[in-house]
Amino acid sequence: MDLVTPSIGLVFWTLISFLILLVLLKKLAWKPVLTAIHDRELSIEDALNKAEIAREEIATLTNQNESLLKQARAERDEILKQAKTLKDQIVAEAKASAQAEGNKMIEKAKTEINNQKMAALSEVKNQVATLSLEIAEKVLRNQFADKQAQEGLVTQLLNDVKLN
Amino acid sequence: MDFSHILNYKNFRLTTLLAVFLFFSSINSFAETPLTVPPHSETAAHNEATPAAEEKFDPTVTILEHISDTHSWHLFGHTAIALPVILFTPNGLDVFLSSKLVNEHHEAVAYNSGKNTYLNEEEHIKILAADGEIDEAASAHVYDFSITKNVAAMFIAVIVILLVFTKVASAYKTRAGKAPKGLQSFAEPFIIFVRDDIARPNIGYKYEKFMPLLLTIFFFIWFNNLLGLIPIFPGGANVTGNIAFTLVLSAIVLVVVNLNGNKYYWSHIFKPDVPFWLLPIMWVVEIIGIFSKPFALMIRLFANITAGHIIILSLVSLIFIFKSLAIAPVSVAFVLFMSVLELLVAFLQAFIFTMLTALFIGTAVEEHHH
Repeated sequence: MDLVTPSIGLVFWTLISFLILLVLLKKLAWKPVLTAIHDRELSIEDALNKAEIAREEIATLTNQNESLLKQARAERDEILKQAKTLKDQIVAEAKASAQAEGNKMIEKAKTEINNQKMAALSEVKNQVATLSLEIAEKVLRNQFADKQAQEGLVTQLLNDVKLN
Repeated sequence: MDFSHILNYKNFRLTTLLAVFLFFSSINSFAETPLTVPPHSETAAHNEATPAAEEKFDPTVTILEHISDTHSWHLFGHTAIALPVILFTPNGLDVFLSSKLVNEHHEAVAYNSGKNTYLNEEEHIKILAADGEIDEAASAHVYDFSITKNVAAMFIAVIVILLVFTKVASAYKTRAGKAPKGLQSFAEPFIIFVRDDIARPNIGYKYEKFMPLLLTIFFFIWFNNLLGLIPIFPGGANVTGNIAFTLVLSAIVLVVVNLNGNKYYWSHIFKPDVPFWLLPIMWVVEIIGIFSKPFALMIRLFANITAGHIIILSLVSLIFIFKSLAIAPVSVAFVLFMSVLELLVAFLQAFIFTMLTALFIGTAVEEHHH
């Protein structure tokens, strides 16, 4: 049974070869390779973890940004609203003051006109009075110049007056 | 379906037993015939009787010649690579080339080295006495450490493995932290496979200590298996299908497993949870178990690889048995199929050997769980 009888030579050389191979490969290949694979796996895991953290950070940042934006929007709305009320107020105020001013001026003008009118009227009155007096004087002077007529008139008037 | 009534049928059971017995005995006789009949002397006798006649083709001789170890590496025709023969004899160390033991017709001839006269009889180097007869008493003390075909093929595998993996390791140095490339990306999945699918699940957290051994066993077996499948020069040797090779590997496994056995491992063997009167039987069983596990490894690898070689050689032999070229396409198709299957087996056997090694180491270093 040659097939199942191990020959001492092959046993010896296999043992030597295997042990040499084991020692050499352990030094030259398995140690560096396994360390490199292990290191790479660690670095990949590390990178993945970091990416996860970065993703979370970005998410929180986005959230923050969004809330900031919301806040900014609200603030803007608030400011706009305030501005609008302010504007309305100013316009109303302006309107009111303009109205008041106008009224005042109108009032002033009215008074002035009245004053002027009064002045003019009094002037006219004075003139009219003077003129009337002059006319009256002249008329009277003219009338009194004719004594006859006067006496006739007085007689007539006296006739008219009925003593009752 | 219930087949028990078939088994309970007394007559049938007897017949089955007989059939099984006959089957195995016939296999035995078939297997022994070619081994017991010395083929060389038969052909020699045949040659003497009709020297001009064509040599009769005997597939058994050819196949056994191909799967067993030889002192010279046959290439083609009458060309062979002479390998060094190293012998420890009662008369001292003797080193010479195997070409001295054959003549130009490739027949074994006697060679006198000055210390002894040698003759290669069926790949066993024998010492010839002065009268030209084999001196069996002296031959029993010849220790053959020759660089045979298998040893040379194994050396080639060792060199290939060293070249491949030093290159891979240097790639890891130059491309530290980067994705693997080229040969490195070929080797890495297997290294990670051995680590994550063989070592870690079977050994546990102590796996790192055993990684070099497991990786070396895996790639040593696998490369030798693959080289054995190549029919031309650098390959073709049946290294992993040689019992000596598998014996050494399983002996290493045996030593490593038992050197690393912790107190739980040994207490499981010497103080199992059985009634005290069973202990002696358990000791015997457990100690047999220590040796039977590596022994199974040895036989499994040897039988699988040898069987693969025998099947392929048998299919090729069909052409010469039928002496017809018409059978060649059929043979070639089957050989092709078997070769592809053997590629799978080459990997599978390396995997199984490594896997079971890891499993045995795992049982030895396992912490107590009960």
